[in-house]
Amino acid sequence: MADVQFLFREGEEAVSAPTVALSAFAEDTNATAVVIEPGEDARALIPHLDRLSLVEVTFPAFTDGRGFSSARILREAGYTGELRASGDIGVDMLSHLHRCGFDAIAPNAPLDLAQAETALKVWPQVYQATVVDGRKPIWALRHGL
Amino acid sequence: MKIITGNDLKSGAVTWWNGAAWSLHVNDAADMGDEAAAVIAAEEAARRVNGAYVIEAEQTADGIRPAHIKERIRALGPTVRLDLSLDPTATPDKVL
Amino acid sequence: MYLYDHYDQAMVDARVAEFRDQTRRRIEGTLSEEKFRPLRLQNGLYLQLHAYMLRVAVPYGTLSGSQMKMLGDIADKYDRGYGHFTTRQNIQYNWIKLEDTPDILADLASVEMHAIQTSGNCIRNISADQYAGATADELIDPRPYAELLRQWSSFHPEFLALPRKFKICVIASDTDRAAMRLHDIGIQIVKNEAGEIGAAFYVGGGMGRTPIIAPLVKAFVPLDELITYSEACLRVYNRYGRRDNKYKARIKILVHELGLEEYSRQVEEEFAHLQTLNIEPPLAELERIKTFFADPAYETGLSDDLDLSNPAFAAWVKNNTAAHKTPGYAIVNISLKPVKVLADGTKEAGIPGDATGEQIRIMADLAKTYSFDELRVTHTQNIVLPHVRKADLFTVWEKLVAAELAEANLDKITDIIACPGLDYCTLANARSIPVAQKIAERMADKAEEIGELKLKISGCINACGHHHAGHIGILGVDRKGLENYQLLLGGCEGADTSLGKIIGPGFDEDGIVGAVEKATQVYLANKEGEERFLDTYRRIGMNPFKEAIYG
Repeated sequence: MADVQFLFREGEEAVSAPTVALSAFAEDTNATAVVIEPGEDARALIPHLDRLSLVEVTFPAFTDGRGFSSARILREAGYTGELRASGDIGVDMLSHLHRCGFDAIAPNAPLDLAQAETALKVWPQVYQATVVDGRKPIWALRHGL
Repeated sequence: MKIITGNDLKSGAVTWWNGAAWSLHVNDAADMGDEAAAVIAAEEAARRVNGAYVIEAEQTADGIRPAHIKERIRALGPTVRLDLSLDPTATPDKVL
Repeated sequence: MYLYDHYDQAMVDARVAEFRDQTRRRIEGTLSEEKFRPLRLQNGLYLQLHAYMLRVAVPYGTLSGSQMKMLGDIADKYDRGYGHFTTRQNIQYNWIKLEDTPDILADLASVEMHAIQTSGNCIRNISADQYAGATADELIDPRPYAELLRQWSSFHPEFLALPRKFKICVIASDTDRAAMRLHDIGIQIVKNEAGEIGAAFYVGGGMGRTPIIAPLVKAFVPLDELITYSEACLRVYNRYGRRDNKYKARIKILVHELGLEEYSRQVEEEFAHLQTLNIEPPLAELERIKTFFADPAYETGLSDDLDLSNPAFAAWVKNNTAAHKTPGYAIVNISLKPVKVLADGTKEAGIPGDATGEQIRIMADLAKTYSFDELRVTHTQNIVLPHVRKADLFTVWEKLVAAELAEANLDKITDIIACPGLDYCTLANARSIPVAQKIAERMADKAEEIGELKLKISGCINACGHHHAGHIGILGVDRKGLENYQLLLGGCEGADTSLGKIIGPGFDEDGIVGAVEKATQVYLANKEGEERFLDTYRRIGMNPFKEAIYG
């Protein structure tokens, strides 16, 4: 299990609770941390959000973007705990992960910090309201919304 | 013969391994036999080439002729724009 | 024409800086080719047979004179003096250097252009009707909706690693000039019974190895839910589109496997959820965008009279111009499918869609002087000057003649769509361009008699040359190391979209030219009244063609 290299949760440390697979989660009523694989339905967690402190969304291959939808779905449903992206993650994905609601990144191989910093600052503004990133889209800025 | 081709990383130009370095001319290609894999690994690691691979070719009176039409087009240029070919003698027939 | 504000400019500039940094990391070695490849693809940069190839976006096919001029300058400065206009209304350059690409993108950004998402598994450049804003048969100009979608789809963080590429097209007339139903999402702007404007969504069309005509998924999406509904369509696809087999990864397969009803149900569910989130730009944003597409200052009271005493000019007017919504104006099509007659009478056809840097600049100048500074790129690989005064047509034609751009063959058998094929493309199995040239040369003298005949050639099953949608389609395949060409008949894009059927065993290069000629002879022998090739084929069926070609 890779370590969390980036954590965007003010004043917090990465959650260390042991994670269980989504398939085991419903049965295991003590579990507070869960892992979702790309093919699994993030919405299955919605009834249990209040007992979760960590959801880890895996990216076995960086070309598989299902985890981006999983993250937004959880945030849209009101999940406020740590949302961790793990796996085959490169610096060029960081800002997109962040925009979809991830606030912890655990890449298989640690990323270069200077490169990561550049990548996170690439976009001066954003075109879409993902809602979950707290950023005002350009259309809102244009119309003073 | 087995020859190695790829594209120059920075320029994208089609290149051929001459046994010691990359050449733009297919006729410089060297028969690399079983050594190809090691050359490809080293050259890609050194970022002198992108997407290198081994192809079959034969030595003919006209020079080295890759076995597959795709590689002959790579070697000589688009058959519809042979004015852009590096080989002034290139003709569609020579490519085909 | 849409003009960037400081936000749009900052986004494109940011993209240039990002790609400059990524390119530097690739050349320095901290970014592997495996990781770099999707990044360069999402900036339009492929590694093709001879070099890198850069595909530049022409959003909804519309561009200004200065943008067009820049395309010509890039051809000369960074490429080998020409560019290739594509079936996605874009332009691509065949001889690009990786190390030059950030500078090219910066040059493009200086005229509000880019290569964003012109490749890769993401939402691609949005295409549209090339006659938008100029034709009388449209409900409304579709381009503001396309621009709204362009901004929404640019760098959408959730949809940058889709199962496969995703193509959207927007039209607003019943005459479909953009092959709308052969897109992943085809949108037709429509009016409902209450007289309100909205969007009909056709989802899951496409060509490639499994051609499917998109079914209607939702007949009316209100304009203030356009983005929200699109987002729902994409989210369902991103989550459930197949990722186990890239040949089954397009949304058409998902819609097909789930069934239209189940796919729509899932989209509706997602749509209902997303409607609660406030992700839709306000209508004021659409209104802001619309102001850029207001009609130019047409002169009024112009005459529609034309002096057609010059027969070559008359032929060009008849074939290459279309009715404009404003009296005294015409839509001009510039054919990029020349067939030159040499001194000895032999013919020499050009490469479909290619134009030299000089020709591109000449078209840019013509647009500035005669077409309110606007041009369009068509999916048939031609160029349009959308608003030319009829009084200027003769002058425009003379200048086009001088630039070898006045071939009067729009929608004729010599106006062939052809992908780059094996002459340029690593995916191709056979060459397309030489086949197009041979057919054009053989058939040029008959083109007028044959009339409308859309011939489309792809050099592989990916169907970039739209062979499924050709009245006559040709598909190049590899048969035991040799180029082989299959003949399809009866395809059509447009309001009466249909897919071509393979007639029988394939041919070699000369064989396919002969087979096409025979097919036209069957048509001419059987045609009734004003029937087009396609109409005759639909009436008499495949058999007479089969007999003539294989008999």
